[in-house]
Amino acid sequence: MTFKSKIVPLGDSALLVQVGDEIDITTNQRVHALAALINVSPPVGVIETVPAYGTLLVHYDSLLLSFGQIKNYLHEKMAQAQDNVFRKGKQLEVPVKYGGEYGVDLEAVARHCQLQMEDVIRIHSEKIYTVFMMGFTPGFPYMGKLDDAIIMPRLEIPRTRVPAGTVAIAGSQTGIYPIDSPGGWQLIGWTALQLFSPESESPFLFSPGDEVKFIVEK
Amino acid sequence: MSLEVIEVNGLATIQDSGRKGWKRFGVPASGPMDDFAFQAANMLAGNSENEAVIEIGLGDITFRALQDCVISVAGTGYGLSIYVWDFSLWSSYYVRNGWTIRFNKTDDGMWAYLAASGGVQTQPTLGSRSTYLRGRFGGLAGRQLQSGDVVSTGCLAHSSYEIAARTFREKARPAYTQSPTIDVIMGPQTKYFTNESIETFLSSEYSVSLTSDRMGYRLEGSPLTHRSKTELISEGMTLGAIQVPSNGQPIVMMADCPTTGGYPKIATVISADLPVLAQCVPNKSRIRFRETTVAKAQKKYRALMGGLRNSIVEADL
Repeated sequence: MTFKSKIVPLGDSALLVQVGDEIDITTNQRVHALAALINVSPPVGVIETVPAYGTLLVHYDSLLLSFGQIKNYLHEKMAQAQDNVFRKGKQLEVPVKYGGEYGVDLEAVARHCQLQMEDVIRIHSEKIYTVFMMGFTPGFPYMGKLDDAIIMPRLEIPRTRVPAGTVAIAGSQTGIYPIDSPGGWQLIGWTALQLFSPESESPFLFSPGDEVKFIVEK
Repeated sequence: MSLEVIEVNGLATIQDSGRKGWKRFGVPASGPMDDFAFQAANMLAGNSENEAVIEIGLGDITFRALQDCVISVAGTGYGLSIYVWDFSLWSSYYVRNGWTIRFNKTDDGMWAYLAASGGVQTQPTLGSRSTYLRGRFGGLAGRQLQSGDVVSTGCLAHSSYEIAARTFREKARPAYTQSPTIDVIMGPQTKYFTNESIETFLSSEYSVSLTSDRMGYRLEGSPLTHRSKTELISEGMTLGAIQVPSNGQPIVMMADCPTTGGYPKIATVISADLPVLAQCVPNKSRIRFRETTVAKAQKKYRALMGGLRNSIVEADL
């Protein structure tokens, strides 16, 4: 089954393939399938692709490819991209210390969701999440979807510093801050895993499309 | 060969053509703010166009040559003096061991590029020598240059006398001005804005805010109004994209911009006009935006970049 998508320019050297506009696993898998198909043997002039929830951004060199040329190429690839070519990413377990100094917003989340803190921890760590996309800072995985019971909006005023390793939630998403950075998500835990080591041969713990399970660490 | 940093009252970072291939992991490209001046500086120094150079901005900066070398300088917003003489930008120079190279800030631009023959040599991170200040990697220990730093450069690839005393023809440079008309490609989220806002965006005057940095240029001027939603689910972003957060003040994404974003993008600045925009001075520049097409934008970019190859001539010193 091929899927319908729209190709729109983002300036003169990038374009967006718009597959869907919601946070949805099937849509996202189509984005990753298309990205994988392109990345196997990118044509000269295609610089790199950035998968997001419902879009694939393609950066290209406009000195080598016109918008028309890259559009034709992508239409070809979209015709080939079938849902079943979606290659599952790696599966990872992430040990998390929840609450207290490790997750300063856990109590507020429990209150907002009218749950006990233990329930929030259980619900958050029960599910297997997909890394829909990466962005914000190097190595930050946007994962989902959260169980409806623990959905809470982001902070009104972002914190100026969230420590590296902090596990957080916002809306139907969960993520982990790879480096100390500002952040507006609700902080519920912390992992000792290193998500980003720039000098290492494999600098990133996660890749877009990976599957992640949180393990409660006492 | 090497250059010593004597005094820094501005922002000096090491930049090459930027980090490629890591955007899907959230790593910004970084690289030069004014890509044209950056490439011109490299060509003047006899380098390939993506060698690392020193990007200079925001204030006065002084270097000293620790060996005889050939340097080149391109960009705007600076006066240049070497040893006891004042020189022009967009030229290459033979510099003697011990001579100082001074960059004095002027108010007609923002960024200058100091290239050395052989290129600045540092340990690349994720395939690039570009400094990403927020991520604290790349360049020299992931930070801006400080006095006392010694920046190593490669060896001369050509006979140095042939490389020095050349200049980049003025006609082939971008049309730098503080009151530019910047061409943009509208979208992809124009439907997030009211018709009046789109009209305002394309007809009123904007200036760059003082709170701008290598990540983004905040624009000051008539605020834009969203129809209803002020955010979308995050999607990929690119250099030149103009995001409009809920306060209605547009932000143009620059070299260190994040790879993804969730604010609606009203338009994207075309590649050929990015150097001109990058050199716009806060609170001084008066910028207007004009709609163009992708085909026209790509043609303009090809014409501009075509001029890079054959615009270096012997200087008339």
